[in-house]
Amino acid sequence: MPGFDFSNHNRNVALHAQGVPLPKATSTGTTIVGCLYDGGVVIAADTRATSGPIVADKNCEKLHYISPQIWCAGAGTAADTEFTTALISSNLELHSLSTGRKPRVVTCMTMLKQHLFRYQGHIGAYLVVAGVDPTGAHLFTVHAHGSTDKLPYVTMGSGSLAAMSVFETQWKPGMTRDEAVKLASDAIQAGIFNDLGSGSNVDVCVITNEKATLMRNYIKPNVREQKERNYRFPRGTTAVLNEKVITKEDLSKYITVHEIRDDDQGQAAEQMDVDS
Amino acid sequence: MNHFPHGWGRPRDDVYGAYNHAYLQPDGSKQHTQSPIVTGTSVIAVKFKDGVVIAADNLASYGSLARFTDVKRLRRFNSRVVLGFGGDVSDMQHLDRLLSTLSIREDYSSTASESDNAARELNARNLHTYLAKVMYKRRSEFNPLWNAILVVGLDGESQPFLATVDLLGTTFSAPTLATGFGAHLAQPILRRAVPDEAAVAEMTREKAVGVVRECMKVLFYRDARSIDKYSMAVVEKEKEVELVEDEQLEQQSWAFAEGIKGYGTQTV
Amino acid sequence: MASVFSASIPQEAPGYSFNHLSSGTREHAFNPYTDNGGSTLGISGADFTIFAGDTRSTSGYNINTRYAPKLFKIGGEGPSNENARIVLSVVGFAADGNALKERLDTVVKMYKYQHGKPMTVAACAQRLSHILYSKRFFPYYVHAILGGLDEDGKGALYSYDPVGSYEREQCRAAGSASSLIMPFLDNQVNFKNQYVPGSGVGHALEQRVPEPLPRKDVEQLVKDAFTSATERQIEVGDGLQMMTITKDGIEEVYSPLKKD
Repeated sequence: MPGFDFSNHNRNVALHAQGVPLPKATSTGTTIVGCLYDGGVVIAADTRATSGPIVADKNCEKLHYISPQIWCAGAGTAADTEFTTALISSNLELHSLSTGRKPRVVTCMTMLKQHLFRYQGHIGAYLVVAGVDPTGAHLFTVHAHGSTDKLPYVTMGSGSLAAMSVFETQWKPGMTRDEAVKLASDAIQAGIFNDLGSGSNVDVCVITNEKATLMRNYIKPNVREQKERNYRFPRGTTAVLNEKVITKEDLSKYITVHEIRDDDQGQAAEQMDVDS
Repeated sequence: MNHFPHGWGRPRDDVYGAYNHAYLQPDGSKQHTQSPIVTGTSVIAVKFKDGVVIAADNLASYGSLARFTDVKRLRRFNSRVVLGFGGDVSDMQHLDRLLSTLSIREDYSSTASESDNAARELNARNLHTYLAKVMYKRRSEFNPLWNAILVVGLDGESQPFLATVDLLGTTFSAPTLATGFGAHLAQPILRRAVPDEAAVAEMTREKAVGVVRECMKVLFYRDARSIDKYSMAVVEKEKEVELVEDEQLEQQSWAFAEGIKGYGTQTV
Repeated sequence: MASVFSASIPQEAPGYSFNHLSSGTREHAFNPYTDNGGSTLGISGADFTIFAGDTRSTSGYNINTRYAPKLFKIGGEGPSNENARIVLSVVGFAADGNALKERLDTVVKMYKYQHGKPMTVAACAQRLSHILYSKRFFPYYVHAILGGLDEDGKGALYSYDPVGSYEREQCRAAGSASSLIMPFLDNQVNFKNQYVPGSGVGHALEQRVPEPLPRKDVEQLVKDAFTSATERQIEVGDGLQMMTITKDGIEEVYSPLKKD
């Protein structure tokens, strides 16, 4: 069965009516921007994800891949931006394979708006779509209800006004790549420092005729300073009330045990930031 | 003559019909402002080395209707204090009258010598404290004055002063302030120019006026309840207040609009 | 919540056996409160009490100002409250906080004029409780912490709920990051969930006994508490205001926090 599963809908409405609150979704109360320039388009985003007033992720990625030369910046419900862009990316790839042509930005934008319109705003994805195709460089915004806009510079998310203030004072037609990157990252920084929903670092993606360049953490204006104290506890500080030892031999009856050597550190996908 | 004293001085029911008690409840309960009606939008201000610049546009909106296009929302209080009002215009006019009474009372009751101007007049900090108390009292009576006010000028030490008070009596101060939509759109621009108190000392009057003009332009571009006519005032040390009430936004840029075709797939 | 038991009115929308939350009239009355965010904390030591609060003031997703103090000297002389020995920290609705501060300050000043001696922290603490309770049905929407040195010269700290319930404590965090900071303080100041390694097995393991911490350690803990809260609470940041009360008076220090 394709699409969403609504089988819990009636139960949830009943629970909601009795005062049970909806589960809190991680939202990217965000600043995202896009800007056209001579020879391409640039999009940028901050990297803070929030759940209410709490920072859920200090360095999340809001720039989503659609196709080699189409990228999307997403604001709104994190899961919705993630899955909507993944779905359209997949469909666009199939479309590109069946037509034997490079995907176009308008196609992507149309697929997104038709998908979102169908769900009447319940899919909370607010997107900036940017890319270069055989017809040139393009920049759009797509709102959760399915409306779109086509402008030389756009902003979205909770920091959109802060970012727009930068564009409205500093944008000029016919900018170079470097000027556009500077302008877009300045707009994001306006969001980072003036909007509580936005924070941490600046991600930038530049798309030209040749290729797309993702500059992850292009600016890091919010590096945390060294902590004053060391919070490592002496071994044995935590009470152990009871112990049960399962030997490796016992465990291997049920699963395959694979020993990882110390020099295999590289296998860990991402190193956690812990006290030394 | 009616035999019942109750009816004396009242319109006769047999002539005018019974009084509709929905208008004025005889039990003494009063109707309070529960939402603003005719409103002004943002007020913005920024401190510079020797003073403060403040600006607000000249529009009073009635919902989404641009109802009055020549309303002055900046008020010179004395030689070193200017106030800017956002929110309900009738409440602004009430405060205006209140401040006139205050001003007259102060003039009569002041004991300092005539020549000592600085000691005699209320300074910006005094006025801000006064307004904060008025606003907080009204909110505590559930009868708020629906305004956001910026108080700018010079304090007791003749240093630049800039602070705000709103309908809840919330007060705060900063090198740059903006109410309403300006808090979202103008404040980022102002903060870039004057990030902290240290930057205030580096700010000139000319630059401050320039950045305020720029903000008024951005607000006109993006605030749907704004207009391109505005008032601006500068309070500066050892100078008379300069208040201009008929500024016109200049050097707007709409050229980019030519290049935009439709909202999606349209190309012609 | 709309009344669950009232008879359902025939509606055009598809009906369920229960009422919708949105049914019925919706009133839009004036709300006299708002939350200006931020966080405060207080820790009392052997011969000092330390207070800290961030200086950000917020409304919604906006920053009102990057410098709005939440710590106030109470009962001093002149506009800068010189020679004060009591500190009040308030977090929540800033306008109420300000009104509360002014009231308490006046009371403590009047006490000194009338009795010719400064008010003790214990007396001031009880007076604050009464002020808060006097507005039981239209409360000051604040979480207050009051402190100084007691009559024995030991650090004294009192924390309050908005309607005046109070208690003397070792440490207390209040405000929007209190749920982040308080467990940290429990663990690092009162050594909660810390046991002495090797002192026994299972339930016989000995709890690590809390002792008054030296001032330098406490200052470090306070800084770490706030830099950490700034990382994870969007309403906390911009600056850190710290006040330390010792027998020599009140020391005030400001240090920057992250501004994002």
